[in-house]
Amino acid sequence: MGILEIKNVGKRFGGLQALSDVNLSVQENSVHAIIGPNGAGKSTLLNCLVGKLIPDTGSVTFQGQSLLGRHPHEINQMGVARVFQTPEIFGDLDVMENVMIPCFARRDGSFRMHAFETVMNEKELVEKAEQILIDVNMIDKRHMHSASLSRGDKRRLEMAMCLVQEPKLLLLDEPTAGMARADTNNTIDLLKEIKEKRDITMAIIEHDMHVVFSLAERITVLAQGTPLVEETPENIKGHPKVREAYLGEAQV
Amino acid sequence: MMGLNKKDTSLFVVVIVLALLAPFFLNPFPTDSSMAQFNAGYPDLMQRFVIFGIFAVGFNILFGLTGYLSFGHAAFLGVGSYAAVWIFKLLTYNVLPAIMLSVIMAGIFALLIGYVSLRRSGIYFSILTLAFAQMSFALAYSVLSNPKFNLTNGETGLQVYANDPQWLHRDSLPDLPHLFGLSMRSTYEMTVGGWSFSFNTGYYLCAVILILTFYLSIRLFRSPFGMMLRAVKSNQQRMNYTGLNSRPYTLAAFVISGMYAGLAGGLLAAMDPLAGAERMQWTASGEVVLMTILGGAGTLIGPILGAGFIKYFENIFSKINDNILHQWFAFMPDGIEDFIVAVIHPFIGKGWHLTLGLMFMMVVIFLPGGLVEGGQRLARLLRRKKSDESPSADTKPAE
Repeated sequence: MGILEIKNVGKRFGGLQALSDVNLSVQENSVHAIIGPNGAGKSTLLNCLVGKLIPDTGSVTFQGQSLLGRHPHEINQMGVARVFQTPEIFGDLDVMENVMIPCFARRDGSFRMHAFETVMNEKELVEKAEQILIDVNMIDKRHMHSASLSRGDKRRLEMAMCLVQEPKLLLLDEPTAGMARADTNNTIDLLKEIKEKRDITMAIIEHDMHVVFSLAERITVLAQGTPLVEETPENIKGHPKVREAYLGEAQV
Repeated sequence: MMGLNKKDTSLFVVVIVLALLAPFFLNPFPTDSSMAQFNAGYPDLMQRFVIFGIFAVGFNILFGLTGYLSFGHAAFLGVGSYAAVWIFKLLTYNVLPAIMLSVIMAGIFALLIGYVSLRRSGIYFSILTLAFAQMSFALAYSVLSNPKFNLTNGETGLQVYANDPQWLHRDSLPDLPHLFGLSMRSTYEMTVGGWSFSFNTGYYLCAVILILTFYLSIRLFRSPFGMMLRAVKSNQQRMNYTGLNSRPYTLAAFVISGMYAGLAGGLLAAMDPLAGAERMQWTASGEVVLMTILGGAGTLIGPILGAGFIKYFENIFSKINDNILHQWFAFMPDGIEDFIVAVIHPFIGKGWHLTLGLMFMMVVIFLPGGLVEGGQRLARLLRRKKSDESPSADTKPAE
């Protein structure tokens, strides 16, 4: 049984059946990619995992516990972190504070009223935050205003914020969308490094086949809300069904 | 010092000095000079400066840190005032229990209103708080002042009557709000040359409380809690996906700022034992928003500056009338003098709101960070000039 089990999940928006009968099992410590053409339901599926959407049918379990009906912050506290398509960071805060917040969240849970301490006096957390910034190569930018970072750096920062929480499952929603090739390759290297160093499971939603084939161990192809195939990268490349989903009936 | 870094400590010292020496700073002109009308160092006004400073500092904890714009904070001010006057009526004229009850009552009130209002954010939150405040105003103004159950004494306002019980009152104590016998109204006048300075007990009580609450606000701003509140303002989505529940954070900030407002309300009543419903009206809520934005929302000292600025305008500018203008421009030929007075006329006296509105517009357009940003820009300009003269000067960028 996988770390994340998705069973018979369906979701309907008005007249649109965004997901129907999705079954998916993500194995522990693997990198699982979910690909598919636009409108296949990839993002909807991800939103169902993190508590932003509640599926109409089916079940989602993480390490044997149901995720349905839980708030995003509860799901995160269980060990699921998410990287967004456009980096979601705290733009008004500096880089160090951005990383300190998940450190506090990990240690103190979803709410604690520590109104009379000083942020930088928490030596243990500061050390942890500095270490993760060294890992993602951003330690020299720790006093920078995070809104002024480049897009690639924002992505790194967001990863750092997720990783410092030591999540068991990292969900990545198109981590290289809109990036230049060089930034994309950097991101791939970063993800590979993360994978080597940590016990972490990753689920990636991605358009860019280059990224998918460099990272994924299993690939699920989603089309029109249902999984078409689940295979290893080698077998996916020439799969007729995948060709059909992406290119339509016409033979190219 | 006291858990503050160097920069905050110097800011804190500035506030302490300003608050304690205000009677001097605010009376820079000799008593019988023609500029004496610009003196603001009389007890009533000084008390107002400080009390509204406390109100704005508290409002800033909510608005400046979390970005939730409450349009109903005057409700807490009003609740604080009523609570204090009820203590005066029932127990004693001692201000300490009165102020404590106003803070507690405002806190409870804020908890209720905040719990409901904070389910929404942005404009919906603002409208909800506004609705609650107007509801409270209507309740205080008419509903809760019927003969059977008279909690607020309606239009007249709640005040202490001779036949009120005042169970803990003794004849040896002053018949006015006091602190263990020290009357809030007692004032020591000091005359030096042509100048006179007044030192008022009530003012100093307010000033000490301002210093304490300002210290509390610095600590809050620099604490992990304050950082979380800034995170709420910055990106709630990321906050939720970082395992944090933003609701309790915003609610805590709302209650704290409501308690500040209650404290301010209690102090208003302690200076003058009267509480009227108009204190809860939406214009009063709007005023604190203006103060905070004018001074600089999200900065530590901004709200105090904003409060001082607006209260100064309200009380000093509004007193300039045409006669005074004629005096000022008497050196000009008659026709021109009349013309200039006619031009300035709409901006002074009762027209001070117009001037204030124009200044507010200017600040919002040219100094989005408020007066504090203005000060920073000025300081930077001066520093640049200095460093141009001596290239070796320290040019460390501000923060």
